Amino acid sequence: MGILEVKGVNKRFGGLQALGDVNLSVAENTVHAIIGPNGAGKSTLLNVLVGKLIPDSGSVMFDGNSVLGRQPYEINQMGISRVFQTPEIFADLSVIENVMIPCFAKRDGAFRMHAIESVGNEKNIREQAEAMLDDVNMLDKRNMIASVMSRGDKRRLEMAMCLVQEPRLLLLDEPTAGMARADTNNTIDLLKEIKEKRDITMAIIEHDMHVVFSLADRITVLAQGTPLVEDTPEKIKGHPKVKEAYLGEAAH
Amino acid sequence: MLGLDTKDTRLLIIVAIMVMAAPILLNPFPADSAMAQFNAGYPDLMQRFVIFGIFAIGFNILFGLTGYLSFGHAAFLGMGSYAAVWMFKLLSYNVVPAILLSVIVAAAFSVVIGYISLRRSGIYFSILTLAFAQMSYALAYSVLTPITNGETGLQVYTNDPQILMGENSPNVPHLFGIEMRGTADLELGAWTFTFGNGYYLAALMMLLSFYISLRIFRSPFGLMLRAVKSNQNRLTFTGVSPKPYTLAAFVISGMYAGLAGGLLAAMDPLTGAERMQWTASGEVVLMTILGGAGTLIGPVLGAGLIKYLENIFSKINDGILHQWFAFMPDGLEDFMVTILHPFIGKGWHLTLGLIFMAIVIFLPGGLVEGGQRIGRLFKRRKTDDASSATTKPAE
Ligand SMILES: Nc1ncnc2c1ncn2[C@@H]1O[C@H](COP(=O)(O)OP(=O)(O)OP(=O)(O)O)[C@@H](O)[C@H]1O
Ligand SMILES: [Mg+2]
Repeated sequence: MGILEVKGVNKRFGGLQALGDVNLSVAENTVHAIIGPNGAGKSTLLNVLVGKLIPDSGSVMFDGNSVLGRQPYEINQMGISRVFQTPEIFADLSVIENVMIPCFAKRDGAFRMHAIESVGNEKNIREQAEAMLDDVNMLDKRNMIASVMSRGDKRRLEMAMCLVQEPRLLLLDEPTAGMARADTNNTIDLLKEIKEKRDITMAIIEHDMHVVFSLADRITVLAQGTPLVEDTPEKIKGHPKVKEAYLGEAAH
Repeated sequence: MLGLDTKDTRLLIIVAIMVMAAPILLNPFPADSAMAQFNAGYPDLMQRFVIFGIFAIGFNILFGLTGYLSFGHAAFLGMGSYAAVWMFKLLSYNVVPAILLSVIVAAAFSVVIGYISLRRSGIYFSILTLAFAQMSYALAYSVLTPITNGETGLQVYTNDPQILMGENSPNVPHLFGIEMRGTADLELGAWTFTFGNGYYLAALMMLLSFYISLRIFRSPFGLMLRAVKSNQNRLTFTGVSPKPYTLAAFVISGMYAGLAGGLLAAMDPLTGAERMQWTASGEVVLMTILGGAGTLIGPVLGAGLIKYLENIFSKINDGILHQWFAFMPDGLEDFMVTILHPFIGKGWHLTLGLIFMAIVIFLPGGLVEGGQRIGRLFKRRKTDDASSATTKPAE
């Protein structure tokens, strides 16, 4: 029994079957990669997991509880954080504020009227946020306004915002897209380190096979909304169906 | 001090000094001089500065922090005024129960109106608030005449119950005997300074409002409100429910509006439906943007500027214009007066519109941004001077 169990999920957009009978089981404390060509339905699947989309049928269980029908903020409170394909950050706030907000969210829950305290006096929260920024090598940028940073930095910031919440399941939608080679390698190292240090399960969508094979314990190949195969990285590398559906196509 | 860091404490002290000394600072011209018409240091006008300052400070907590643009906040101001006048009618002319009830009534209505309007965001939210405010206006104007006295407006009559009215209680709004209308004059040479009791009550309330807004801006709650404005999507996927935050901001700003309404009635114990009209709601939007939305001091400056200009421009008439241009040849004089005529008196809104357009186009951050630009200009000059003075520029 995995920490995340997706069973028979279907999602249609008009005439398009974006997800067709998706079954997926992610074991606790593993990294599960989801790969597949553009438009395969990878992001749609994540949208279902975080409550952004409601599937037409099927079930999604996280740690024994159904996530379907819950609000996105409730699902996050259950321990699921997500890094988006296009960075979702608080663009007009400073980098440190971006990281402090999830810290407050973790401490105070969905709503708490802390109207008289001062952010400046919240030493714990600030230290937590600064330690996290240090981990992603962004401490020197803490007072920058987030919107002026490079795309790669925005992604790292978003990852820091998710990681600082210490989620049990981290969903990463192409975390290294738009990053320079060096930053990609740093990200791989960071994720490896996180995986060793903490009890965390990751589901990662990635087009960069170097990233996938460096991190993944298991890989699911999605094509046209349906899982084609699921196996270990070694097996996937040589799988004829995968070569046909994905790797061949990605070799452009 | 007071839970503020040094910078904010300094800001609060500066604002407090300005507000307390306003009767002097705003009266720079001797009473008999031709320029005396530009003085603003008399209680009636200064009361409007600080009361609309309160209104705008509250509005800014909603609009400046969360980005939700309400077009109906005058409704809460109007309700506050009605509540206050009712307290005068039922209890006595003491302003304390009147002001308390005005805030409570505004809070209650803003919970309901906010809850419904906040189901939508962006333009739909604005339209919903506008619709609610216009409904309130229409109700006050006609349907609810027994409560609001309709077109005539609500006021206190001699046969009203006023059950707490004592033998010696003043027959005008007062604070435990201190009459709001009461003033003390100070003559200094050619200058006359007038200190009004009502002004000082309203000014203290404004300082309190400003202080609370300062605390909210710096609090984790304020940070969440700014997060709502910045990226609501990210906020929900961070485990925060934006709805209660926006509703709290809406209710707080509604209470500020109610307080402003209550104070207006405390200064002058009558009110009418026109306080709830959409133009009044639009005015507070202009004040906030003109001063600088999302800044601490901007809304106060915007409120002061609009109320000051309104006072000046609506007082000027063709006669005064003729005086100003009397030095010109007759034809040219008439020409100038004809050109300027639409911008003065009743046409003052035309002037306001032009000022607003200029600010939005050239200074999108409002007066505060203007101040910052000037400040930076001076700083650059200073550093230029400093670096040219030293032979070795410090790294
Ligand atoms: N909200 C939506 N409404 C309609 N169609 C959608 C919606 N979201 C996704 N789709 C469609 O569903 C299909 C799957 O999209 P999805 O974003 O999940 O692909 P993906 O595997 O993430 O691709 P990529 O690698 O390009 O990110 C696409 O054809 C897309 O156009
Ligand atoms: Mg995608």
